[in-house]
Amino acid sequence: MTKLTDHLGRPIVAVTGIGIVTSLGVGKQDNWNALTSGRSGIHPITRFPTDHLNTTICGTIDFLASSSKGATALTYELAETAAREAIGESGLPSEDFGGPLFLASPPVELDWADRFNLYAPGHSGTATDTVLEIARGLNSQDIFEAAQFGTIADRLADEFGTRGLPITLSTACASGATAIQLGVEAIRRGESERALSIGADGSVTAEALIRFSLLSALSTQNDIPEKASKPFSRDRDGFVIAEGAAALVLESLEAALARGATVLGILSGCGERADDFHRTRSKPDGSPAIAAVRAALADAGLSEDRIGYVNAHGTSTPENDKMEHLSLSTVFGERIRDIPVSSNKSMIGHTLSAAGAVEAAFSLMTMREGVIPPTINYDHPDPSIELDVVPNVKRSADVSSVLSNSFGFGGQNTCLVLAREPV
Amino acid sequence: MNSNDVLITGIGLVSSLGEGIDAHWQKLAVDPPAPVIDDSRFPPYLVHPLPVIDWGLQIPKRGDQRQMETWQRLGTYAAGLALDDAGLKADEALCSTMDMVVAAGGGERDETVDTTILEASTTRNDRGVLLNEKLTTELRPTLFLAQLSNLLAGNISIVHKVTGSSRTFMGEEGAGVAAVETAAARIRSGQSSHMLVGAAFQTEHYDMLLGYELGGYLHRGPWKPVWQRGGSEGGGVITGSGGAFLVLESREHAEKRGRKAYAQLGPIVSGRARRRKESLSDALSALAAKTGLPGQKPILAVSGVSGAHAATAAEKDVFGAFPSVALRGFTGITGHMKEAQFPFAVALAALAVNNGSAYPVFDSENERPFDGDTSTVLATTVGYHQFEGIARVLAADTPGDDA
Repeated sequence: MTKLTDHLGRPIVAVTGIGIVTSLGVGKQDNWNALTSGRSGIHPITRFPTDHLNTTICGTIDFLASSSKGATALTYELAETAAREAIGESGLPSEDFGGPLFLASPPVELDWADRFNLYAPGHSGTATDTVLEIARGLNSQDIFEAAQFGTIADRLADEFGTRGLPITLSTACASGATAIQLGVEAIRRGESERALSIGADGSVTAEALIRFSLLSALSTQNDIPEKASKPFSRDRDGFVIAEGAAALVLESLEAALARGATVLGILSGCGERADDFHRTRSKPDGSPAIAAVRAALADAGLSEDRIGYVNAHGTSTPENDKMEHLSLSTVFGERIRDIPVSSNKSMIGHTLSAAGAVEAAFSLMTMREGVIPPTINYDHPDPSIELDVVPNVKRSADVSSVLSNSFGFGGQNTCLVLAREPV
Repeated sequence: MNSNDVLITGIGLVSSLGEGIDAHWQKLAVDPPAPVIDDSRFPPYLVHPLPVIDWGLQIPKRGDQRQMETWQRLGTYAAGLALDDAGLKADEALCSTMDMVVAAGGGERDETVDTTILEASTTRNDRGVLLNEKLTTELRPTLFLAQLSNLLAGNISIVHKVTGSSRTFMGEEGAGVAAVETAAARIRSGQSSHMLVGAAFQTEHYDMLLGYELGGYLHRGPWKPVWQRGGSEGGGVITGSGGAFLVLESREHAEKRGRKAYAQLGPIVSGRARRRKESLSDALSALAAKTGLPGQKPILAVSGVSGAHAATAAEKDVFGAFPSVALRGFTGITGHMKEAQFPFAVALAALAVNNGSAYPVFDSENERPFDGDTSTVLATTVGYHQFEGIARVLAADTPGDDA
């Protein structure tokens, strides 16, 4: 008989539906084909002018109906598209999902297009007084709701019939992983048999790009866009800002088996640790990231030697990749040279709030398909980072457990351990 | 009693009334309490402004203060008050294992840069290029970090060394409800032993007022009690700057370190009424029923009522109709503090439980006198636009069965 509880007696959490949208396309199959072919979704920016910008490349989603309609509209469409695919695959009712919603999404702000429309000269007072005065007479629910942090989740809850108060969260670039963790915890507490966890980010605007650029976080290797994201390479110089979404339907294994659902994988452990060192830099000894990896392994009840593949955070910034290598080599010791560690971001860029969810989804597919996606653009290895990054070409491999890392500004470190089968 | 009962062992409060629990209890015990109002800085709007704060008391490093704008400073400060109050401030070991859930919106934009761009926009047709030109040259690089929602939590980690875990929930009042609800659930289930949970809101910035006024929610004209703004100009909400943080601990954890609790958190219920399609009153009645309302016994209900016309009318309609319930809409005095509304309501409810007495009537036309038992007090928040939550706050020594 299948074991339904884990090493701590908690319900085992299964994944029964996956949905993915990235710059590589819509749907998990198209994404998987592109990703394992080593194709890049990075391209020149066309959404807004690039005059005066040091970075002119991105991994934005330019092929959806909402792609030019602002961050809230696009983030919603991304989340909805991924969720529809995931729920569809799970076989659960798509209008009456019946479990809670956890949404990782970017902080919202009024788009500049709207801000410009709220300004006209000739009013008394300052420009910002004018904006408020015009807003007062505007009476537009659309603009108002686009600037409310709870809107996207509220609409998703309406669309899919999720239960209760939806949770929208941000742990910066770890958000997608946190959304999954919250779902896992709710199921383990017995609050629900199922949960819908989504990471979605459609927030690439000129202002967002400039903010990251001013922090020197972005690659400026604009000449050949698809070559710019090169995690673990000597000549890496920053991440490529991108958009995307992934959704996972999480269920207690017991409920999934009882209704005859196909189990796509197991969410066996989640670990986190906050860093108190600096707002953007990690503690030099890597201790918070190390602690997060160890916490995820402990939560899963697995020793280090059971991990067969690491889906790296691998942003392609000089700092992250160095710190991630330090953390992994501390936890796994000499064995880290033999564990494949690849970065999806080499192809899809950094999907920010969505990244943890997108990469968890790809981790599950890696185990199920028996294929590890490569780290592309690995032409000049960083000699100080000795890792098997699955360079440039996918690799067939029998992987039963994956560690997926997510690290973010504000000292956020969240790691997930995923397994092919219940252990 | 259960070893995983959720005790409130630390409270940090800041509002226009002052800082700390004593200041709030004393100011709110005056019959009727006097709001602090600024009507000159953001006409035609009123705000309840921050008191004078010596940031250095909770954020000793100047460098840390400089990295934040007022919203993050305020939250970091209120979190520090709560940790101090719980006797955890200097306890690095316990802070390093402490879990954190912060409810947050976004930080302050650079008003000068926005103004420059808006003014230039009237003479330029290439607005996209204009944005790039101004934003690349005039934005302060680190301002982004002062605006990111999760960086309030990030600053609390840096300044107070709370590093067990850090999660930020977003979504106006609902984020505050979910933060407290999730924190309590984690302790009750044994997923966490001690947690810091709370929020801050800094309203004294055009962009923070804009967030409400795009929906026409702000009250205009002279101050009125929060339940009496129905026929007035504007949307009924008067905002306030403030913050509320709670230290929550399992009973076992608190007892082990010999801490007395203000109160314990009983059941917390939350909801997402579909207000466009359904009656909010019906949804609130159903939510209230889940917390045992209306009971026979008179009960105090500390309300984070927003003042927004529809939501406030529905709340009065439902809770006002229960003869046993005595509402206290503190928002009339402090102003609406968005994400902080629910944590603030829970904190004020815990003080009433701990002090064994109720707040006086804040609005004699709409609130009933109450001289009953305060061993159980409700904390409610009905969002101005969406999301609702109610908590039962109980005496710390109430057996778990009643919780």
